[in-house]
Amino acid sequence: MPRYLLIIFFWLCALVPPAAQAELTIEVVGGASQQIPIAIVPFSRPGQTDALTPVIAADLQRSGLFRTLETRGVASQPHDLAEVKYPDWTALQAQALVIGKIEPLAGGKLKVSFRLLDVLKQTPLAGLEYEITSAQMRGTAHKIADVIYEKLTGERGVFATRISYVTKSKGNRFVLQVADSDGVNPQTVLSSKEPIISPTWSPDGTKLAYVSFEKKKPIIYVQSLTSGQRSVLANYKGNNSAPAWSPDGTRLAIVLTYGANSQIYLINADGTGLKQLSRSRGIDTEPVWSPDGKWIYFTSDRGGSPQIYKMSTLGGEAQRVTFEGSYNVSPYLSPDGKLLTYVRRESGKFRITQQDLTNGQVQILSDTAQDESPSYAPNGRQILYATNMGGKGVLSVVSSDGRTKQRLSEAGGDVREPSWGPWVN
Amino acid sequence: MKKSLIGAIALAVFLSACAGKKVKEEPAAAVEEKSPATQVQAPAPATGMDESASTASAGASDASGNPLTDPNNILSKRSIYFDYDKDEVKAEFRSLVEAHAKYLQQNSNARLMIQGNADERGSREYNLALGQRRAAAVKNAMNVYGASDNQIETVSYGEEKQRCAEATEACYAENRRADIVYSGE
Repeated sequence: MPRYLLIIFFWLCALVPPAAQAELTIEVVGGASQQIPIAIVPFSRPGQTDALTPVIAADLQRSGLFRTLETRGVASQPHDLAEVKYPDWTALQAQALVIGKIEPLAGGKLKVSFRLLDVLKQTPLAGLEYEITSAQMRGTAHKIADVIYEKLTGERGVFATRISYVTKSKGNRFVLQVADSDGVNPQTVLSSKEPIISPTWSPDGTKLAYVSFEKKKPIIYVQSLTSGQRSVLANYKGNNSAPAWSPDGTRLAIVLTYGANSQIYLINADGTGLKQLSRSRGIDTEPVWSPDGKWIYFTSDRGGSPQIYKMSTLGGEAQRVTFEGSYNVSPYLSPDGKLLTYVRRESGKFRITQQDLTNGQVQILSDTAQDESPSYAPNGRQILYATNMGGKGVLSVVSSDGRTKQRLSEAGGDVREPSWGPWVN
Repeated sequence: MKKSLIGAIALAVFLSACAGKKVKEEPAAAVEEKSPATQVQAPAPATGMDESASTASAGASDASGNPLTDPNNILSKRSIYFDYDKDEVKAEFRSLVEAHAKYLQQNSNARLMIQGNADERGSREYNLALGQRRAAAVKNAMNVYGASDNQIETVSYGEEKQRCAEATEACYAENRRADIVYSGE
């Protein structure tokens, strides 16, 4: 698929007016050079249209690794294995075919069954059944998309994960929200008249740590996403900010000032055992843990300009990690610990950058100019970040190969401070 | 034949690409009802400065008797501006900082807060740290002029409390600032 065609489609799509809702809407640009052509036949559902397959198709499309084919003109519309006529799908040049059905069960529940078929080899690749309520329809679609993604790419999908972000409405209300990875189903975690920044997920996905200014100064809170209960993690003299969970969830790295320079501390998840980690004369902030829990990567201007450094979680000397440019901030490590993403300022533009920690190679991934807060998807294939389009804060996703870009924006307000949540179970 | 196939594929991609935009089938409201929302009642915004008039005694004063609010008194000037990514208190603000330090010396009950701010460019957390360092720089300068630590508190708002909201150099400069707010104001 030539790139210019996709860009044309992008603009055609832009003419379709988006519905005014407080959900995030998505635009996709670009895609991998080799996309898997996949045909998804609308699932049968007695008496109702199928709301499941459009979600599956949108998920796969957003990854940039798939090209979903139009199936409406195809003579056969199979829902069972026995109904599949492979020549129809070979003619459509599909590599993979998805079929399925939604059947009502007693008690208002639904049975969703689907099959993923290899068109070239004419064999089934996967088949699963789910018993769900109608409220679980979208979640089930994301799970099915994850199965398809994993079978065809060999990597685990992230469609069933969630993201968090903060919206700022025109009336200056700050709302911390959690939504599905496609920005749908936003749930309010916290609503405040004062700023909320730096929300970050516990490794098990059940809690968020964040910084709230509701008491007129930055204080770190931890809030359960299941019960809504929250507690103060750190409220020391001066600023309390930049929380980051250890990979095992037992500790957090945080930043305290005690009225002077920002320094990194470690604290147990229950708020006990506070211990200073970094000791510099500069700013040390934005700590993140390496996946093995041995290192803290952070931003420091100890050398005169803000750069990324790393130090052992046991303490000791810090080592500088970024060397190019005069402003490198907001580090975040890929789940395998091999890639580091951060924000670089170059010619007055702030861009999402990725550094290969094994060979030192550096690549600018985004083509936007005011990028902030990058975080990797749990499979490391995409980076979620905040940027500015037309004076408005929006969320963007770029694939870690830089080829596919998506933009998620909310009608009305600013969206900022995104964080990609972990896989749950 | 080939042309029509390309056309068909193009149409298919267009339709599916557009379908990718509309990712909302179920109302979010139903979900939000179940969400563990916490409403925060923020404290009332800071009030004007005239209330504290009666507490001030020393120093030059206007008709209301409060040097802190007398527009002819340097103590009514409360903002110190900084260069980009810098926390140095520039020479032009030294007399302002010195005046407040002297006021603290002469009024041992007076307390003030220095609020550091940064312009919106770059990382929010780094800007929070930068605002803190600006506030600390003003405090250190006050210490040099004889103000005692226990009368001064520093806090940073980073880029979260922008006084000026446009993406212009003039606005950025206005936002790179530390403000002095006395207790009770």
